[in-house]
Amino acid sequence: MNLFQTISILLFAFFAVFGEATLGAPRHWLGAQVDLLPALMIYTALNTGATTVALLAVLGGIWFDTFSANPLGISILPLLVVGWPVTLRRDLILRDLPFAQFVLGAAASAVVPALTLLLLLSGGARLLLGWGTLWQWLVMIAVGAVATPFIFSLMTWCRRTLGYEPRPEPSFRPDREIQRSRRKL
Amino acid sequence: MLKQQNYLVLGAAVIVALILLSLPTRATSRLKLAFGSWFLPLFGLASAGQQLPADLADCVLPRRELLLQIDALRRENQQLKEQQVQSVAIARENDQLRSLFNWQKQSPWKLKLAKVVMRDPANWWRTVQIDAGTRDGLRENLPVRTEAGLIGRISSVSLTHAQVVLVGDQNCRVSALVENPARDMGVLMAGGTLDTSLVELTYLASSANLKPGQTVITSGLGGIFPKGIPIGQIVDAQPVEYGLYTQARVKLNANLGSLEQVWVLFP
Repeated sequence: MNLFQTISILLFAFFAVFGEATLGAPRHWLGAQVDLLPALMIYTALNTGATTVALLAVLGGIWFDTFSANPLGISILPLLVVGWPVTLRRDLILRDLPFAQFVLGAAASAVVPALTLLLLLSGGARLLLGWGTLWQWLVMIAVGAVATPFIFSLMTWCRRTLGYEPRPEPSFRPDREIQRSRRKL
Repeated sequence: MLKQQNYLVLGAAVIVALILLSLPTRATSRLKLAFGSWFLPLFGLASAGQQLPADLADCVLPRRELLLQIDALRRENQQLKEQQVQSVAIARENDQLRSLFNWQKQSPWKLKLAKVVMRDPANWWRTVQIDAGTRDGLRENLPVRTEAGLIGRISSVSLTHAQVVLVGDQNCRVSALVENPARDMGVLMAGGTLDTSLVELTYLASSANLKPGQTVITSGLGGIFPKGIPIGQIVDAQPVEYGLYTQARVKLNANLGSLEQVWVLFP
């Protein structure tokens, strides 16, 4: 596993959560605050290992809940529910296609808030819900879908520019070395 | 082998989530404070970034403009001083009358100015965080307002920050009074999910005579919000539950979408 990639993903999540808590422009213009963690989870699940997926779910969820009135830890499980199946089936997904990224981003951005709401409601929380919630959900899905290909491009550029490539295995094998000594007759 | 390791990682993440969810509220608040402190350098940078344009504007402001501002402030200061003298005289008279009638003396509320540093990133809560905490004397359930009117109450507090649950959230209900001849009373509850400026005033008497533009203030009942804080104005009213009671929409005086500085009220 490339450590640089894990660190860059966690840093992106850190800044994304901070931006969501401090920038009011999306709420002002669209009527809803957008969440980039589901889209980032799709990138992580398709490009890294299970450890990074778990780390992003735990730390991203905790950071999100820190700024929110959510109970601490409630956002971890929805992120895991999205990230884990994608990790297991990633060989079957055309991850380099922007359309696939778009669809997966939309699905993740739909599932994560819906599951979080479900968990909160099952815990007896009194939430601000109404017909406007449907609009907010659609905005989150649309922004998450559009953001996913951009996150893929950005993270791939970061990895290529700032990261390091794993050293290729040398073709030399000692057990296949040809003996080139003079044969004694 | 790799799959087994993956499932171990998944199990560990689930266990962390379950442990966090089962922690008591006090421990959760402390953990939130600890995780929130990771972001302190970013808050410093953000506030410096916000201050920079203001500093630049100060540098280029002409002297003539500054002199005009100073002149206006001096005049305002003079007016306020005169008003203060009158207020002191009225307060003294009020105290004398109270003592004559054996009424309990009203203690004035102290104010603490705080800056709004962040908003709830989730769409289903309506809360903000302010940069004052227990070290500034804050505690839970203190009312919070702006110059325009009431905005909410403190729901949780840590050493340096406090969370304010805003009017319009399901967890902030306020006993309110309409300033009309009948002095109709009701409970202020959550409004729409998209428009933060509208809330619902419900459980008003079915005979309530409400008209658009009538002022709504806090009633003082409930023990959290003192009486007389302006909340907003009636937009419209309609009977609900087959005329059992009346419900009205109230437009808040304070703009909850652009809060920057707020006042916390101390008894």
